[in-house]
Amino acid sequence: MLEYNSINKLISEAESAHKKISDIVLAEQALSMDLSCEELFNRMSANFDVMCEAVIKGSDKDLKSMSGLTGGEAFKMQSYIDLNNGGLAGSFVNKAIAAALSVAGYNAAMGKIVAAPTAGSCGILPGCLVTLYNEQRASRDEIIMALFTAGAFGMVIANNASIAGAEGGCQAECGSASAMAAAALVELMHGTPEQCGHAAAIAIANQLGLVCDPVAGLVEIPCIKRNASGVMIALSAADMALAGIDAKIPVDECIAAMKNVGDALPAALRETSAGGLAATPTGRKLREKVFG
Amino acid sequence: MIGPSSSHTAGAVRLGRVANKIMNIKSIDALRGLKLEIILSGSFARTYKGHGTDRALLAGVMGYHSYSSEIRDALEIAKSQGIDYKFIEQDIKGAHPNTARINFELGNSSGYIQGASIGGGNIRVDLVNGMRVDFTGENNTILVMHWDRPGVIADVTSLMRLKYPNANIANFKLSRKERGGEALMTIELDNRRDAADERGMAADIQGLNNVINAIVIRAI
Repeated sequence: MLEYNSINKLISEAESAHKKISDIVLAEQALSMDLSCEELFNRMSANFDVMCEAVIKGSDKDLKSMSGLTGGEAFKMQSYIDLNNGGLAGSFVNKAIAAALSVAGYNAAMGKIVAAPTAGSCGILPGCLVTLYNEQRASRDEIIMALFTAGAFGMVIANNASIAGAEGGCQAECGSASAMAAAALVELMHGTPEQCGHAAAIAIANQLGLVCDPVAGLVEIPCIKRNASGVMIALSAADMALAGIDAKIPVDECIAAMKNVGDALPAALRETSAGGLAATPTGRKLREKVFG
Repeated sequence: MIGPSSSHTAGAVRLGRVANKIMNIKSIDALRGLKLEIILSGSFARTYKGHGTDRALLAGVMGYHSYSSEIRDALEIAKSQGIDYKFIEQDIKGAHPNTARINFELGNSSGYIQGASIGGGNIRVDLVNGMRVDFTGENNTILVMHWDRPGVIADVTSLMRLKYPNANIANFKLSRKERGGEALMTIELDNRRDAADERGMAADIQGLNNVINAIVIRAI
């Protein structure tokens, strides 16, 4: 029985069984939910369908958020990629960014998304994984399995720290999503379970302390773009881990640090919109524009 | 789920659904004349408009799900269903940052639930009608309101053992207002494919001595 209170334990269980993390997680979750592995796999497959659909729906040229403050970012990014031979960071990375913008923008328009782990950070996993699928770098079934690894990492973070911006700041939302995505990417690129851990540790370390400061209290500014940067961090963390770079601070300790930093954050920087970008003159002006 | 926030939208729908279950109504039409007073605390109070938390809570109270497209129009639907609602921004001391208290009055019955949205759409229900509970809605949960008398818990669990041998208790909590007064059992059951019929179970429990009411809150 896995308890999801230590990533190190997940890694050693997987390594001693000579399996992928996703294999042991799927088997254990099916058992605890009293479902067959196939039924549980199909549920995750339905989640991946929602992700793929959100990537498409959110790239609409005329997409507008409920408040009208944001919308159409993904369309602009995609047009830029098409017209500029992939752009500065290259086609794959920029397509992943466009996909993240798409899903996060669709969320702001009250569209259907998968909370991964939350709605505010819902663009990062599809940004990485739907793009990998669209670019034919991994099969659909492999990606669905990797989502179980992502989910297991997310559960450990939720149990030992937090995945709520109101509790832990944005590091708990986009930070967790990047860590989950980084672990999934490493598994998909045939890295070891230990490398999955390094990737997640690097991703968390790179977003440690990130505050949750949504302008006007809306999951739009800066959330949508933080999904794009979360994708970049996930991709770079995964590549570093695959290159054999050690995170130095073990992933479980990074999660504990995230919890400590979250506890130390004042309420103004935990989704109350009383600090950070929300409290800037322009942030306040935008709030007034929306709510009067 | 429907966006934009898992804590403020999906979690809020689920909290609303707990109130819906406790009111134990057959359909949305039974809610005509419902009076709701919803207290929003912490981050809920400060950001509910932008996240549609108000729409989400109402949608949940009306029985909709976190994936229902009706969430967007919940304020309008509530009005057309003859539901009178009021949102109050007020911090509840010591409560989780995303806490809501839903006071309801429907016909002769009234009550409240207080709970928190703890991230990723997950919830924790803290209080039901003044009594401390502690359940997440991940499992089917039976709430048994009863009089604090010797042997009531044994009666309930023996009935479950004898008549519903497949039911397994995952979590059990007892809370009471005062010795000999009203008390509340929170019984979370393991989710199983061959699960016992929880509604039948609740009806049977309700027939026991000293039990005031037993309701099922299905996994949300």
